[in-house]
Amino acid sequence: MATVLKNIAVSDDFYLLKASGKFDGKMGQFCMLRAWDEYPVLSRPISIFDCDDEGISFLYKVVGQGTEILAQLKEGDDIDVQGPYGTGFPDVKGKIALVGGGIGVAPLHLTAKVLKAAGNTVDMYLGFQSEALLKEDYEAVCDNLIINIGGYVTDDINPAEYDYILTCGPEIMMKVLYNKVKGTGAQLYVSMENRMGCGVGACLVCSCKTSGGNKKVCKDGPVFKAEEVFADEQ
Amino acid sequence: MSSRLQVEFAGVPFKNPVVMASGTFGFGREYADLFDIEQLGGISSKGLTLNPRSGNEGIRIWETPSGIMNSVGLENPGVEGFIAKDLDWVNSLDLVNVVNVGGHSIEDYVQAVERLNDVNLDILELNISCPNVKQGGMNFGVKTDLASEVVRTIRKVCKHKLVIKLSPNAENIVDLAKACEAEGAEGISLVNTFLGMAIDINKRKPVFNNGYAGLSGPAIKPIALRMVHQVSHAVNIPVMGLGGITNWQDAIEFIMAGATVVQVGTATFMKPDKALDIIAGMERYCEENNIANISEIRGIV
Repeated sequence: MATVLKNIAVSDDFYLLKASGKFDGKMGQFCMLRAWDEYPVLSRPISIFDCDDEGISFLYKVVGQGTEILAQLKEGDDIDVQGPYGTGFPDVKGKIALVGGGIGVAPLHLTAKVLKAAGNTVDMYLGFQSEALLKEDYEAVCDNLIINIGGYVTDDINPAEYDYILTCGPEIMMKVLYNKVKGTGAQLYVSMENRMGCGVGACLVCSCKTSGGNKKVCKDGPVFKAEEVFADEQ
Repeated sequence: MSSRLQVEFAGVPFKNPVVMASGTFGFGREYADLFDIEQLGGISSKGLTLNPRSGNEGIRIWETPSGIMNSVGLENPGVEGFIAKDLDWVNSLDLVNVVNVGGHSIEDYVQAVERLNDVNLDILELNISCPNVKQGGMNFGVKTDLASEVVRTIRKVCKHKLVIKLSPNAENIVDLAKACEAEGAEGISLVNTFLGMAIDINKRKPVFNNGYAGLSGPAIKPIALRMVHQVSHAVNIPVMGLGGITNWQDAIEFIMAGATVVQVGTATFMKPDKALDIIAGMERYCEENNIANISEIRGIV
């Protein structure tokens, strides 16, 4: 059981929670969070925002019963952090763009931090409906931060400038990006979202169709090559 | 671990009576990375069908008050895929290997069971009740005469210990269980999920593409317990009880109702090694109540 080190509202409905403990959290992975006993039944899969010697952080949006309970947690409270789970973003080299929409920006913070520390050029394109989240935190981990409020973040990027583009956000945003990236030579990786049960690859409720057959979003993903999951789509 | 929890089910020895329920534990590999699964009594495999299946489209899980509904639609690698990739591994573990088999026609069941005759496993659990697959198990598990027919046919071809997993949606679960016994089943497991429904009020459509889905978890426990009680007092073959077992007290209740073995499913999603807490709690309960073996309290209610 981990301890809550902090849990602050960064904007309406968006919270940043840090839990104590040594976690080997990798780019684009998630944890199953739980701060209650039996009900609600399911733990909540939440992307890793950051990970350091002190603990592991999660940026999350309050959307239902589970995240409402998480939002009530205070410093010193217990929280069960299961994981890290999943296959995250690959450790790529070159000129890299990270494209995030809404709460999809959460896993891109650690991703930018790790990729930049490895010597890559990292540009971030983050789209929000009304207000940018944790602008300074994102600025600190990338070379260029481009923020779009209320528009389409996919309009801001020229994919041809990049070797790799990693994205997380609404599926429609990622599909638009996929169509824009196609044929430019940039390689696109997308972080998929689905309702999860076990979080570890056993129950198959989060299966997603890919060019290689059904894959588990929780274990084989959440990150996939874009063409694996979107190739059949327009 | 003492011998207090050792039981025998249809001649198969269990070091403890806790089995992971089909569909919630895969073939065990994912959980083997997280905890020592050999402390469990057994694993019931992900439900297998003759041929691989990719499962249902659309939303597959939906949380409900004290439960979940699922509509996975028996996504599985098929009997052959299981034999090729996972069977030897499962058999190498110190666990009772329960292989769960579903089907869409009697012919499918027969072929899957015949293929499994060639391999080692401890118990074959026949799923006649999965409510998720159109034209599927539902029919066999609801009507006593259809259940009798499939059990009679499978009993003739199956060389393994045969346990029939019952649907709580059966028209008369006691009669259906008696029919399974009469046709030669060596055991019964119950209950599978209850058919439920959820509606997306914004889309004005069912949440699940199939309309209905299977409800599991603590929400169903009292009804499952009642059915296990009724069935285990009506048949002379042993019963595996399941349905919302979440803690050791629940497990003891199912044993007192008449179950020889219990299965833990949905609770694993709360905490991967929840079943180990249940086993430890059952052991402690026996110790504190001077119960030399758990079978002393089986069916005492």
